[in-house]
Amino acid sequence: MDYKAYRRRKLILCIALFLSLLAVSLFSLSSGPYHVPLREVLAVLLGGGSKDDRLVLLGIRLPRIVAGILVGASMGVAGAVLQGYLRNPLATPFTMGVSHGAMFGASLAIILGAGYSLNSGQIFLNNPYAVVLFAFLGAISATLVILALARLRGLSPEAIVLAGVAMSSLYSALTTLVQYFANELQLSAMVYWSFGNLARATWRENAIMAVAFAFVFAYFLIKRWDLNASTLGDEIAKSVGVNIERERLIGTLLSAFITSVTVAFVGVIGFVGLIAPHSMRLIAGGDYRSLIPLSALAGALLLVSADTVARLIVSPMTLPVGVITSFLGAPAFIYLLVRMEGRR
Amino acid sequence: MIEARNLRFSYGEREVLRGISLEVGKGEFVAILGPNGAGKSTFLRCLAGILRCEGVFLKDRPVRDYSPRELSRILAYVPQRVEPGFLTVFDTVLLGRRPYMGLTPSEKDLEVVEEALKRLGIEKLALKRTNEISGGELQKVSIARALAQEPEILLMDEPTNNLDLKSQLEVMRLARELAKGGKTVIMVMHDVNLALRFAKRFVFMKGGRKIADGSLEVLSEKLFEEVYGVRVEIGEVRGVPVVVPL
Ligand SMILES: Nc1ncnc2c1ncn2[C@@H]1O[C@H](COP(=O)(O)OP(=O)(O)O)[C@@H](O)[C@H]1O
Ligand SMILES: [Mg+2]
Repeated sequence: MDYKAYRRRKLILCIALFLSLLAVSLFSLSSGPYHVPLREVLAVLLGGGSKDDRLVLLGIRLPRIVAGILVGASMGVAGAVLQGYLRNPLATPFTMGVSHGAMFGASLAIILGAGYSLNSGQIFLNNPYAVVLFAFLGAISATLVILALARLRGLSPEAIVLAGVAMSSLYSALTTLVQYFANELQLSAMVYWSFGNLARATWRENAIMAVAFAFVFAYFLIKRWDLNASTLGDEIAKSVGVNIERERLIGTLLSAFITSVTVAFVGVIGFVGLIAPHSMRLIAGGDYRSLIPLSALAGALLLVSADTVARLIVSPMTLPVGVITSFLGAPAFIYLLVRMEGRR
Repeated sequence: MIEARNLRFSYGEREVLRGISLEVGKGEFVAILGPNGAGKSTFLRCLAGILRCEGVFLKDRPVRDYSPRELSRILAYVPQRVEPGFLTVFDTVLLGRRPYMGLTPSEKDLEVVEEALKRLGIEKLALKRTNEISGGELQKVSIARALAQEPEILLMDEPTNNLDLKSQLEVMRLARELAKGGKTVIMVMHDVNLALRFAKRFVFMKGGRKIADGSLEVLSEKLFEEVYGVRVEIGEVRGVPVVVPL
């Protein structure tokens, strides 16, 4: 097999993933307590269909699926990029303090009066934008502090990971402190917020996530060679003309940024940023030219599938999708780890 | 071509290079020798522009004035160790073309990579991942990447590490050929005899200083005692000097 045939195989994998994503999305659109046959689904997507079908599909299911695609793709890409720049297979945006920072921000907003929750599992947010904004600021501030700390040691990958562990621990402690002073209703709102839920995203949120993702995705596609170089170590990266410190700074910041946007809107959903890039690395290798789009597709496929399961498994109830990804994620990730060790 | 003028360097408080001056011209093949911790790797990293140092000049211009891309077209550096990973051998060597390419490699870039793989005799490994090959093969991949960069100056840190006897000779011959073809080769070496056999100029370092510099005539038993603290006898086999520790 020559090099060009090898490259073509990756393109085929890309197309296969894309088609699977399409199929799962259509299935997810048609399934649920209110069943819509595939014909009707297609009719609605093409601008026809009955009024009820349009309401359910375009108003409820489609925005949720689009959110799944955007959040999954963002986490997949962010994970792939961080693993490359930090040369650490365990790196995800959550390494950069995003989840703990967001949790602290959201908890703070809630205790300041932005919302409360009754046992029903419904969060009543008097001020949903305050929660989103605080969660975003919490997440991005954690990342900025981590990068500032790591600068003390020349922004080396080890320094970033260590600073990440330290700040995550600090933000957890702050969250616990806030929760200690919260009343019951606020406390349950905080807990419910922490279950990632794609239903929180409407078209407006999706539009924001899409713009953020498109910008960051394009940036990383342009920097794919720098990412390849980074995996070989800083010395080789510098020798082939990569300004590695600058790219590591921008890369970690942008990864944390798109994840912060998605976490602010839908909450914390774990493991996608680990499973998507690692499975693609095992199947298609570590070349970021293909790893970036493949991780995006795999992340989207994973999250839309998991969310479909979460909606259907105990229908008409819906489980938090974060529970499904963690349930699937833990064993899948251990499997990947074992396989990876075997390769050395 | 490349020059160090009273080069000093410290890691934090610790001074590792204490004023080294060295000028290397086009087409020279220089071996840097010395005990562990002498500062050889640090010196090479300074020359390569990987560590920011005052006092390194490339074509009479300070290295730090060059843009990374400009520098990477003139200078290629082969580090002492390379991390294996999920990138294929071909894609790793293709990184050597980054200084020349836009977003996608041209046909010429692919040809240069093929050529570099052939020169190191690793074209069969092209589609293997670097975590599936041996340490010696990985070392050759690293050298092939530097060749693909088509640099004027090649800086190599112990490139014969991990290589079997035959591969060691192949790499040294390759370096000699490159120097004959007009490239400047500076190589940190541990194997003194291999260096004596192939290189044309020898720089001995110890404790961050340059102790001796010159062609075969600078060699003496006293020099080895001073630099390595080892008594040796220098003999000759087939016209090539051989150093035998006593
Ligand atoms: N990154 C570093 N940080 C601090 N000290 C270092 C670093 N790299 C090397 N040193 C120290 O600098 C000295 C010279 O190291 P090096 O240049 O690697 O020597 P050599 O290659 O001749 O064995 C050693 O004493 C080593 O401990
Ligand atoms: Mg060394």
